[in-house]
Amino acid sequence: MASDSVVIAGIGQTAFGKLPGRSVTSLNVEACRNAVADAGIEKSAIDAVFAKSITSGHQRFYAQKLAEALGLQPRMGGTWDQGGASNVTLISMAADAIKAGHIEVALIASADNPRTGTRSAYSRPLATADAPYGWFGVSAGYAMIAQRHMRQFGTTSEQLGAIAVACRKHGAANPNAQLRKPITIEDHQASPWIVEPLHRDDCCLVSDGAAAVVVMSERKAKELGVSAPVPVLGCGHGQTSWDVALRPDLTSTSAAVAGAQAFAAAGLTPADIDVAQIYDCFTITVLMTLEDYGFCAKGEGGKFVEDGALEVGGALPLNTSGGLLSETGMPGMQLVLEGVRQMRGTSTTQVPGARHVLVSGQGGAMHTHATMILGQ
Amino acid sequence: MSEFPAPPVDELTRPFWDGLTAGELRFQRCRQCGNAWLPQREECPRCWNDQWAFEASSGRGTLVSWVVYHKAYHPYFEDKIPYNVSVVELEEGPRLLTNVVTDDQGTLHIGQHVELLIQDEAGFALARFRPAAGETAR
Repeated sequence: MASDSVVIAGIGQTAFGKLPGRSVTSLNVEACRNAVADAGIEKSAIDAVFAKSITSGHQRFYAQKLAEALGLQPRMGGTWDQGGASNVTLISMAADAIKAGHIEVALIASADNPRTGTRSAYSRPLATADAPYGWFGVSAGYAMIAQRHMRQFGTTSEQLGAIAVACRKHGAANPNAQLRKPITIEDHQASPWIVEPLHRDDCCLVSDGAAAVVVMSERKAKELGVSAPVPVLGCGHGQTSWDVALRPDLTSTSAAVAGAQAFAAAGLTPADIDVAQIYDCFTITVLMTLEDYGFCAKGEGGKFVEDGALEVGGALPLNTSGGLLSETGMPGMQLVLEGVRQMRGTSTTQVPGARHVLVSGQGGAMHTHATMILGQ
Repeated sequence: MSEFPAPPVDELTRPFWDGLTAGELRFQRCRQCGNAWLPQREECPRCWNDQWAFEASSGRGTLVSWVVYHKAYHPYFEDKIPYNVSVVELEEGPRLLTNVVTDDQGTLHIGQHVELLIQDEAGFALARFRPAAGETAR
């Protein structure tokens, strides 16, 4: 571990699923309380509070309101609006601010309550000028990408189904997962269309919940007596066209740019990754992210994910706590938490001897991307 | 039938909608760098210049990708399912979201040649497409 390395010192979460009557701030405070307790530090050590913007109800100055609820007056803070890439990006930005000496201990929190609050964010027109053509729902953007990938490379719906089967299998072993019933490829095929070519079982859950992490330097973690720090080995970022229709290439994502940066920073290659927590808002997202990270060639993702390759014992165990498809549909922080658990050896679906875990986040319709590699 | 989700029409977008009413699909072209684009913007997204003009497309394009809705996410579309929403690239370069009018969604394919078909929907002229004459189904 380099002397200036940054670690995830603590993780915390709420229950996932239906949490009626809880505000996003209440959910975030609970997750932060658990993360700070897990780190074993006093809240007075925290000098930065960052939050992912709330998908189900945007609030101005949200991170400042959260800091108020936490009784903190941090030096640095703010809300980041990059969809499901926000959490990994915020951890990366906090790590840089720590290395620059602007802050010492950052709390990064993510909460949402679309399940019992409003889920309109997920069904409204993607762009109002296109609504006359019937263009509605987040799923449709991913379906547009999936169709192109399937037609161009011969990727099948059953191959996408293999991704859902792996996530649901791993979720079944996680007592905190929202959906714990394993499925088969046949179940996936029989599930109704959401927007063709995506079936219901290609699509993630809609969930209430929160998760948070505490980030600091390795030196600070030693000073504060943190018991299980997990080092951040490298991060990377990428973005492409906001509008799916305007995207020059529908079958590649900014994961290629983000992944290459993260691997270079960590001095690692895909062959060094023992377990991956890949943002699985839709199955096609996982398949294309794996291709763009270089786990297989472009267009060969369908073959790569078949035959249990993504299950423990396979080539690349995926989303070992269930991912967005099974654990919780919350946009991404749960994947970071599971990455930390894999490096600590405490996952409910632990990959024996895992030394490096890759975590991805992405938002929009594969518009934003962030990658993080954790080690031991 | 529930209310049509009418597009917002303002000073910037009116020439586009007026063009469809007049029977043509208009995109913008930059006077400085020649870039062509949709949807409407105040400045050229390539060179950032604000000197541009609307130009009529030939109406010919190719199919980039499409999705098929079997469930309506807005009540207006309940009696239209199954319907497709498609990305079409015009031969002049700009891309747009549209519908390809077909009786058989199963014949759509990547690179399919399509041609403009302006249709009235609740009083709005919409830029839809149909398989080009001579385009064989497969």
